[in-house]
Amino acid sequence: MKSIQYKRLFASLIIASFIVGCSDDDSVSYEQPLDFSGTYTQQDQMGRPAINTVFVSSANKDAFNTTTPSSMNASFQSAFENQLLALNPNYTTNLLGLDAPSFTGVLATDVLGVSTTGTTTFYDGNNVLTGRALADDVIDVELILIFGGPTNADNVGLTSDHVDANDKAFLSSFPYLASPW
Amino acid sequence: MKKSKLFLGLSILGLACTILVAADHIDAPAVQGGTADITDFYSFQGENTSNLVFVANVKGLLSPTASASASFDEGVLVEFNIDNNNDNVEDLVIQAIPRNGKMYFFGPVAPGTAGTSSTIKTNNLLGSVSITPYGSQAITSVQSGVNLFAGLRDDPFFFDFGQYSEIIAGNASSFNNPGTDTFAGSNVMSIVVELPKSMLGGSGTLNTWVETKRK
Repeated sequence: MKSIQYKRLFASLIIASFIVGCSDDDSVSYEQPLDFSGTYTQQDQMGRPAINTVFVSSANKDAFNTTTPSSMNASFQSAFENQLLALNPNYTTNLLGLDAPSFTGVLATDVLGVSTTGTTTFYDGNNVLTGRALADDVIDVELILIFGGPTNADNVGLTSDHVDANDKAFLSSFPYLASPW
Repeated sequence: MKKSKLFLGLSILGLACTILVAADHIDAPAVQGGTADITDFYSFQGENTSNLVFVANVKGLLSPTASASASFDEGVLVEFNIDNNNDNVEDLVIQAIPRNGKMYFFGPVAPGTAGTSSTIKTNNLLGSVSITPYGSQAITSVQSGVNLFAGLRDDPFFFDFGQYSEIIAGNASSFNNPGTDTFAGSNVMSIVVELPKSMLGGSGTLNTWVETKRK
Protein backbone atom coordinates (compact mmCIF):
# COMPACT_ATOMS: atom_id res chain seq x y z
CA MET A 1 0.00 0.00 0.00
CA LYS A 2 2.63 2.47 1.09
CA SER A 3 4.94 1.63 -1.80
CA ILE A 4 2.09 2.12 -4.27
CA GLN A 5 1.49 5.57 -2.84
CA TYR A 6 5.16 6.42 -3.15
CA LYS A 7 5.19 5.20 -6.74
CA ARG A 8 2.20 7.38 -7.57
CA LEU A 9 3.77 10.38 -5.91
CA PHE A 10 7.02 9.76 -7.73
CA ALA A 11 5.21 9.44 -11.09
CA SER A 12 3.32 12.66 -10.45
CA LEU A 13 6.51 14.51 -9.57
CA ILE A 14 8.21 13.29 -12.74
CA ILE A 15 5.30 14.54 -14.83
CA ALA A 16 5.17 17.83 -12.96
CA SER A 17 8.89 18.50 -13.28
CA PHE A 18 8.76 17.66 -16.98
CA ILE A 19 5.97 20.15 -17.54
CA VAL A 20 7.60 22.92 -15.53
CA GLY A 21 10.83 22.33 -17.35
CA CYS A 22 9.31 22.51 -20.80
CA SER A 23 7.05 25.51 -20.38
CA ASP A 24 8.11 29.10 -20.99
CA ASP A 25 5.14 30.18 -18.95
CA ASP A 26 6.17 28.75 -15.59
CA SER A 27 5.35 31.71 -13.40
CA VAL A 28 4.69 29.30 -10.56
CA SER A 29 8.00 27.60 -9.87
CA TYR A 30 6.81 25.05 -7.35
CA GLU A 31 3.53 23.70 -8.63
CA GLN A 32 1.51 21.00 -7.00
CA PRO A 33 2.10 17.68 -8.71
CA LEU A 34 -0.22 17.53 -11.69
CA ASP A 35 -2.39 14.45 -12.02
CA PHE A 36 -3.24 13.55 -15.60
CA SER A 37 -3.99 9.91 -14.80
CA GLY A 38 -7.15 8.00 -15.58
CA THR A 39 -9.38 7.16 -18.49
CA TYR A 40 -11.49 9.80 -20.18
CA THR A 41 -14.75 8.71 -21.83
CA GLN A 42 -16.37 10.43 -24.77
CA GLN A 43 -19.19 12.93 -24.17
CA ASP A 44 -19.53 15.02 -27.33
CA GLN A 45 -18.18 14.96 -30.87
CA MET A 46 -18.27 17.42 -33.75
CA GLY A 47 -16.86 17.62 -37.26
CA ARG A 48 -19.09 19.80 -39.43
CA PRO A 49 -21.46 22.40 -38.01
CA ALA A 50 -25.08 21.60 -37.16
CA ILE A 51 -25.00 17.95 -38.23
CA ASN A 52 -26.20 16.41 -34.96
CA THR A 53 -28.64 19.26 -34.48
CA VAL A 54 -30.31 19.00 -37.88
CA PHE A 55 -30.05 15.36 -38.86
CA VAL A 56 -30.14 13.26 -35.71
CA SER A 57 -33.39 12.50 -33.90
CA SER A 58 -33.68 13.47 -30.24
CA ALA A 59 -33.48 9.87 -29.09
CA ASN A 60 -30.19 9.29 -30.92
CA LYS A 61 -28.30 12.51 -30.21
CA ASP A 62 -26.23 11.13 -27.33
CA ALA A 63 -25.54 7.95 -29.29
CA PHE A 64 -24.35 9.94 -32.30
CA ASN A 65 -22.00 11.95 -30.08
CA THR A 66 -20.34 8.77 -28.81
CA THR A 67 -20.05 6.91 -32.11
CA THR A 68 -16.65 6.89 -33.78
CA PRO A 69 -16.67 8.51 -37.25
CA SER A 70 -15.67 5.27 -38.97
CA SER A 71 -18.91 3.68 -37.68
CA MET A 72 -21.25 6.61 -38.28
CA ASN A 73 -22.19 5.86 -41.88
CA ALA A 74 -23.35 2.32 -41.14
CA SER A 75 -25.28 3.44 -38.06
CA PHE A 76 -26.85 6.68 -39.22
CA GLN A 77 -26.93 7.16 -43.01
CA SER A 78 -30.47 5.85 -43.55
CA ALA A 79 -31.82 7.96 -40.66
CA PHE A 80 -30.08 11.01 -42.16
CA GLU A 81 -31.74 10.31 -45.51
CA ASN A 82 -35.17 10.10 -43.86
CA GLN A 83 -34.52 13.36 -42.06
CA LEU A 84 -33.39 15.11 -45.25
CA LEU A 85 -36.62 14.05 -46.95
CA ALA A 86 -38.65 15.16 -43.94
CA LEU A 87 -37.05 18.59 -44.15
CA ASN A 88 -37.45 18.82 -47.91
CA PRO A 89 -39.88 16.25 -49.35
CA ASN A 90 -39.12 17.52 -52.86
CA TYR A 91 -35.35 16.92 -52.60
CA THR A 92 -33.87 15.54 -55.80
CA THR A 93 -30.25 16.65 -55.94
CA ASN A 94 -28.39 19.74 -54.74
CA LEU A 95 -25.84 22.23 -56.01
CA LEU A 96 -23.14 19.56 -55.58
CA GLY A 97 -25.15 17.16 -57.79
CA LEU A 98 -25.63 14.72 -54.91
CA ASP A 99 -28.82 12.69 -54.65
CA ALA A 100 -30.30 11.96 -51.23
CA PRO A 101 -28.34 8.75 -50.49
CA SER A 102 -25.06 10.30 -51.67
CA PHE A 103 -25.53 13.60 -49.82
CA THR A 104 -26.51 11.93 -46.56
CA GLY A 105 -23.69 9.42 -47.04
CA VAL A 106 -21.27 12.36 -46.96
CA LEU A 107 -22.99 14.03 -44.01
CA ALA A 108 -23.37 10.97 -41.78
CA THR A 109 -19.62 10.64 -41.32
CA ASP A 110 -19.20 13.78 -39.24
CA VAL A 111 -15.63 14.79 -39.98
CA LEU A 112 -14.33 18.08 -41.36
CA GLY A 113 -12.05 17.74 -44.38
CA VAL A 114 -9.14 20.19 -44.25
CA SER A 115 -6.70 21.02 -47.02
CA THR A 116 -3.05 21.32 -46.04
CA THR A 117 -2.05 22.71 -49.42
CA GLY A 118 -4.41 25.58 -50.16
CA THR A 119 -7.55 27.53 -49.33
CA THR A 120 -9.42 26.36 -46.26
CA THR A 121 -13.13 27.08 -46.51
CA PHE A 122 -16.46 25.39 -45.95
CA TYR A 123 -17.55 26.64 -49.38
CA ASP A 124 -16.43 29.73 -51.28
CA GLY A 125 -17.90 29.12 -54.72
CA ASN A 126 -14.85 27.18 -55.88
CA ASN A 127 -13.63 25.07 -52.98
CA VAL A 128 -15.97 22.70 -51.14
CA LEU A 129 -15.27 21.36 -47.64
CA THR A 130 -11.57 22.19 -47.52
CA GLY A 131 -11.88 23.40 -43.93
CA ARG A 132 -13.97 25.81 -41.93
CA ALA A 133 -12.85 29.40 -41.48
CA LEU A 134 -14.37 31.66 -38.83
CA ALA A 135 -16.17 33.92 -41.30
CA ASP A 136 -17.65 31.12 -43.43
CA ASP A 137 -21.44 31.39 -43.61
CA VAL A 138 -21.87 27.69 -42.96
CA ILE A 139 -25.59 27.90 -42.24
CA ASP A 140 -26.37 29.40 -45.65
CA VAL A 141 -24.25 26.70 -47.30
CA GLU A 142 -26.16 23.98 -45.50
CA LEU A 143 -29.55 25.59 -46.20
CA ILE A 144 -28.66 25.83 -49.91
CA LEU A 145 -27.59 22.19 -50.02
CA ILE A 146 -30.73 20.99 -48.19
CA PHE A 147 -33.38 23.27 -49.73
CA GLY A 148 -31.93 24.91 -52.85
CA GLY A 149 -32.27 22.03 -55.32
CA PRO A 150 -29.88 21.37 -58.22
CA THR A 151 -29.50 25.04 -59.20
CA ASN A 152 -30.25 26.78 -55.90
CA ALA A 153 -33.51 28.06 -57.39
CA ASP A 154 -35.89 26.12 -55.10
CA ASN A 155 -37.40 27.30 -51.81
CA VAL A 156 -35.87 30.78 -52.05
CA GLY A 157 -37.19 31.82 -48.63
CA LEU A 158 -35.30 28.97 -46.96
CA THR A 159 -31.85 29.13 -48.54
CA SER A 160 -30.43 32.02 -46.50
CA ASP A 161 -31.05 33.20 -42.96
CA HIS A 162 -29.78 36.66 -44.01
CA VAL A 163 -27.26 36.75 -41.18
CA ASP A 164 -24.09 36.82 -43.22
CA ALA A 165 -21.37 37.73 -40.74
CA ASN A 166 -20.41 37.60 -37.09
CA ASP A 167 -21.40 40.37 -34.70
CA LYS A 168 -17.73 41.19 -33.98
CA ALA A 169 -14.84 41.42 -36.42
CA PHE A 170 -12.36 38.54 -36.32
CA LEU A 171 -8.65 39.17 -35.81
CA SER A 172 -6.12 38.67 -38.60
CA SER A 173 -3.65 37.18 -36.13
CA PHE A 174 -3.71 34.52 -33.41
CA PRO A 175 -6.00 33.81 -31.57
CA TYR A 176 -8.22 35.01 -34.47
CA LEU A 177 -11.47 34.94 -32.43
CA ALA A 178 -12.79 38.31 -31.22
CA SER A 179 -12.52 39.35 -27.57
CA PRO A 180 -15.51 38.46 -25.40
CA TRP A 181 -18.48 40.74 -24.69
CA MET B 1 -49.11 21.61 -52.79
CA LYS B 2 -45.40 21.66 -53.05
CA LYS B 3 -44.99 24.15 -50.24
CA SER B 4 -47.66 22.76 -47.95
CA LYS B 5 -46.00 19.36 -48.16
CA LEU B 6 -42.67 20.90 -47.32
CA PHE B 7 -44.02 22.69 -44.29
CA LEU B 8 -45.90 19.65 -43.11
CA GLY B 9 -42.52 17.92 -43.12
CA LEU B 10 -40.95 20.79 -41.22
CA SER B 11 -43.75 20.88 -38.66
CA ILE B 12 -43.45 17.20 -37.89
CA LEU B 13 -39.74 17.67 -37.40
CA GLY B 14 -40.48 20.64 -35.16
CA LEU B 15 -42.29 18.49 -32.64
CA ALA B 16 -39.03 16.82 -31.81
CA CYS B 17 -37.08 20.08 -31.54
CA THR B 18 -38.02 21.89 -28.37
CA ILE B 19 -34.68 22.99 -26.96
CA LEU B 20 -32.35 25.64 -28.29
CA VAL B 21 -29.85 23.92 -30.51
CA ALA B 22 -27.64 25.32 -33.24
CA ALA B 23 -24.14 24.73 -34.66
CA ASP B 24 -23.58 22.09 -32.04
CA HIS B 25 -24.70 24.22 -29.11
CA ILE B 26 -26.72 22.21 -26.59
CA ASP B 27 -27.00 19.43 -29.13
CA ALA B 28 -27.74 16.44 -26.93
CA PRO B 29 -29.22 15.62 -23.52
CA ALA B 30 -26.05 14.27 -21.91
CA VAL B 31 -23.94 17.36 -22.50
CA GLN B 32 -26.27 20.28 -23.02
CA GLY B 33 -24.77 23.57 -22.00
CA GLY B 34 -22.11 22.01 -19.77
CA THR B 35 -18.33 22.16 -19.87
CA ALA B 36 -18.21 19.10 -22.14
CA ASP B 37 -20.72 20.56 -24.63
CA ILE B 38 -18.89 21.42 -27.84
CA THR B 39 -20.50 24.40 -29.57
CA ASP B 40 -18.24 24.67 -32.60
CA PHE B 41 -15.16 23.35 -34.31
CA TYR B 42 -13.05 25.20 -36.88
CA SER B 43 -9.94 24.28 -38.83
CA PHE B 44 -8.24 26.69 -41.18
CA GLN B 45 -4.90 27.84 -42.56
CA GLY B 46 -3.06 30.25 -40.24
CA GLU B 47 -1.78 33.74 -40.87
CA ASN B 48 1.50 31.92 -41.43
CA THR B 49 0.34 29.73 -44.31
CA SER B 50 2.66 26.91 -43.22
CA ASN B 51 0.43 26.47 -40.19
CA LEU B 52 -2.99 25.03 -39.51
CA VAL B 53 -5.32 26.36 -36.79
CA PHE B 54 -7.75 24.30 -34.73
CA VAL B 55 -10.48 25.92 -32.64
CA ALA B 56 -12.76 24.11 -30.20
CA ASN B 57 -15.47 26.06 -28.41
CA VAL B 58 -17.40 24.68 -25.43
CA LYS B 59 -20.08 25.94 -23.07
CA GLY B 60 -21.93 28.33 -25.37
CA LEU B 61 -24.48 31.09 -24.92
CA LEU B 62 -22.63 32.74 -22.03
CA SER B 63 -23.93 36.21 -21.31
CA PRO B 64 -21.37 38.83 -20.19
CA THR B 65 -22.82 38.45 -16.68
CA ALA B 66 -22.35 34.69 -16.71
CA SER B 67 -18.89 34.97 -18.29
CA ALA B 68 -17.10 36.26 -15.20
CA SER B 69 -17.65 32.99 -13.37
CA ALA B 70 -17.29 30.66 -16.38
CA SER B 71 -14.39 28.23 -16.30
CA PHE B 72 -12.99 25.15 -17.96
CA ASP B 73 -13.47 21.82 -16.19
CA GLU B 74 -10.40 19.89 -14.99
CA GLY B 75 -12.38 16.69 -15.50
CA VAL B 76 -12.96 17.32 -19.20
CA LEU B 77 -10.41 16.53 -21.89
CA VAL B 78 -10.81 18.31 -25.24
CA GLU B 79 -9.28 16.21 -27.99
CA PHE B 80 -8.64 17.27 -31.58
CA ASN B 81 -8.59 14.21 -33.87
CA ILE B 82 -6.59 14.04 -37.09
CA ASP B 83 -7.00 11.28 -39.67
CA ASN B 84 -4.22 11.63 -42.23
CA ASN B 85 -4.88 8.49 -44.33
CA ASN B 86 -8.61 8.94 -45.05
CA ASP B 87 -10.08 6.03 -43.10
CA ASN B 88 -11.94 8.23 -40.57
CA VAL B 89 -9.87 6.75 -37.74
CA GLU B 90 -7.68 9.19 -35.85
CA ASP B 91 -3.94 8.77 -36.47
CA LEU B 92 -2.98 11.72 -34.28
CA VAL B 93 -4.60 13.56 -31.41
CA ILE B 94 -3.94 16.94 -29.81
CA GLN B 95 -5.20 16.89 -26.22
CA ALA B 96 -6.07 19.96 -24.12
CA ILE B 97 -6.92 19.86 -20.42
CA PRO B 98 -6.78 22.53 -17.70
CA ARG B 99 -4.88 22.31 -14.43
CA ASN B 100 -4.49 25.13 -11.87
CA GLY B 101 -5.37 27.99 -14.22
CA LYS B 102 -3.35 26.75 -17.17
CA MET B 103 -4.35 24.80 -20.25
CA TYR B 104 -1.93 21.95 -20.99
CA PHE B 105 -1.61 20.61 -24.53
CA PHE B 106 -0.23 17.19 -25.54
CA GLY B 107 0.54 15.87 -29.04
CA PRO B 108 0.17 15.68 -31.95
CA VAL B 109 0.73 12.01 -31.13
CA ALA B 110 -0.82 8.66 -31.93
CA PRO B 111 -3.55 7.94 -29.37
CA GLY B 112 -3.05 5.03 -26.97
CA THR B 113 -6.15 3.52 -28.50
CA ALA B 114 -8.40 5.10 -31.13
CA GLY B 115 -12.04 5.62 -30.28
CA THR B 116 -14.16 6.76 -27.37
CA SER B 117 -11.76 6.22 -24.42
CA SER B 118 -8.54 8.17 -23.96
CA THR B 119 -5.62 8.44 -21.63
CA ILE B 120 -3.53 11.59 -21.57
CA LYS B 121 -0.24 11.37 -23.46
CA THR B 122 1.86 12.96 -20.73
CA ASN B 123 5.15 12.11 -22.47
CA ASN B 124 4.19 14.33 -25.41
CA LEU B 125 3.74 17.79 -23.94
CA LEU B 126 3.18 20.36 -26.69
CA GLY B 127 3.07 23.32 -24.31
CA SER B 128 0.89 25.18 -21.86
CA VAL B 129 -0.68 28.59 -21.57
CA SER B 130 -2.30 30.50 -18.72
CA ILE B 131 -6.07 30.64 -19.18
CA THR B 132 -6.94 34.24 -20.01
CA PRO B 133 -9.13 35.71 -17.24
CA TYR B 134 -12.36 37.40 -18.34
CA GLY B 135 -11.70 41.06 -19.06
CA SER B 136 -7.95 40.63 -19.70
CA GLN B 137 -6.05 40.88 -22.97
CA ALA B 138 -5.60 37.50 -24.65
CA ILE B 139 -2.67 35.61 -23.11
CA THR B 140 -0.98 33.51 -25.77
CA SER B 141 1.93 31.11 -25.68
CA VAL B 142 4.30 30.93 -28.64
CA GLN B 143 6.97 28.25 -28.53
CA SER B 144 8.68 26.30 -31.33
CA GLY B 145 6.22 27.59 -33.94
CA VAL B 146 3.21 26.53 -31.87
CA ASN B 147 0.63 29.09 -30.68
CA LEU B 148 -1.73 28.32 -27.81
CA PHE B 149 -4.74 30.12 -26.31
CA ALA B 150 -7.50 29.23 -23.85
CA GLY B 151 -10.19 31.51 -22.48
CA LEU B 152 -13.41 33.35 -23.17
CA ARG B 153 -14.08 34.75 -26.66
CA ASP B 154 -17.03 36.17 -28.51
CA ASP B 155 -18.99 33.23 -29.97
CA PRO B 156 -17.94 33.30 -33.64
CA PHE B 157 -21.07 31.45 -34.74
CA PHE B 158 -23.86 33.43 -36.41
CA PHE B 159 -27.34 32.21 -37.30
CA ASP B 160 -30.94 33.41 -37.07
CA PHE B 161 -31.82 30.44 -34.95
CA GLY B 162 -34.97 32.14 -33.69
CA GLN B 163 -36.52 32.33 -37.15
CA TYR B 164 -35.29 28.84 -38.03
CA SER B 165 -37.19 27.58 -34.98
CA GLU B 166 -40.32 29.42 -36.09
CA ILE B 167 -40.06 27.80 -39.52
CA ILE B 168 -39.50 24.34 -38.04
CA ALA B 169 -42.45 24.89 -35.71
CA GLY B 170 -44.67 25.75 -38.67
CA ASN B 171 -45.18 29.36 -37.55
CA ALA B 172 -43.27 30.95 -40.44
CA SER B 173 -42.64 30.07 -44.06
CA SER B 174 -39.33 31.82 -44.70
CA PHE B 175 -36.40 33.61 -43.12
CA ASN B 176 -36.50 37.36 -42.53
CA ASN B 177 -34.32 39.79 -44.45
CA PRO B 178 -32.37 41.04 -42.65
CA GLY B 179 -32.22 38.22 -40.12
CA THR B 180 -31.35 38.44 -36.43
CA ASP B 181 -28.17 36.80 -35.13
CA THR B 182 -29.32 34.70 -32.16
CA PHE B 183 -25.69 34.45 -30.97
CA ALA B 184 -24.93 38.17 -31.01
CA GLY B 185 -23.53 39.36 -27.71
CA SER B 186 -22.79 35.89 -26.32
CA ASN B 187 -19.47 34.31 -25.37
CA VAL B 188 -17.93 30.83 -25.43
CA MET B 189 -14.96 29.10 -23.80
CA SER B 190 -12.37 28.75 -26.58
CA ILE B 191 -9.29 26.61 -27.07
CA VAL B 192 -7.12 27.63 -30.03
CA VAL B 193 -4.04 25.78 -31.28
CA GLU B 194 -1.93 26.81 -34.27
CA LEU B 195 0.90 24.54 -35.36
CA PRO B 196 2.99 23.68 -38.42
CA LYS B 197 1.18 21.53 -40.97
CA SER B 198 4.32 19.40 -41.07
CA MET B 199 3.39 18.02 -37.63
CA LEU B 200 0.14 16.56 -38.97
CA GLY B 201 1.22 14.22 -41.78
CA GLY B 202 -0.99 13.33 -44.72
CA SER B 203 -0.69 14.27 -48.36
CA GLY B 204 -2.88 17.28 -48.90
CA THR B 205 -6.13 16.51 -47.06
CA LEU B 206 -6.91 15.64 -43.46
CA ASN B 207 -10.13 14.52 -41.84
CA THR B 208 -10.53 16.30 -38.51
CA TRP B 209 -13.00 16.44 -35.64
CA VAL B 210 -13.10 17.33 -31.97
CA GLU B 211 -14.27 15.33 -28.98
CA THR B 212 -14.82 16.03 -25.30
CA LYS B 213 -14.09 13.24 -22.87
CA ARG B 214 -14.80 13.15 -19.15
CA LYS B 215 -12.87 11.36 -16.39
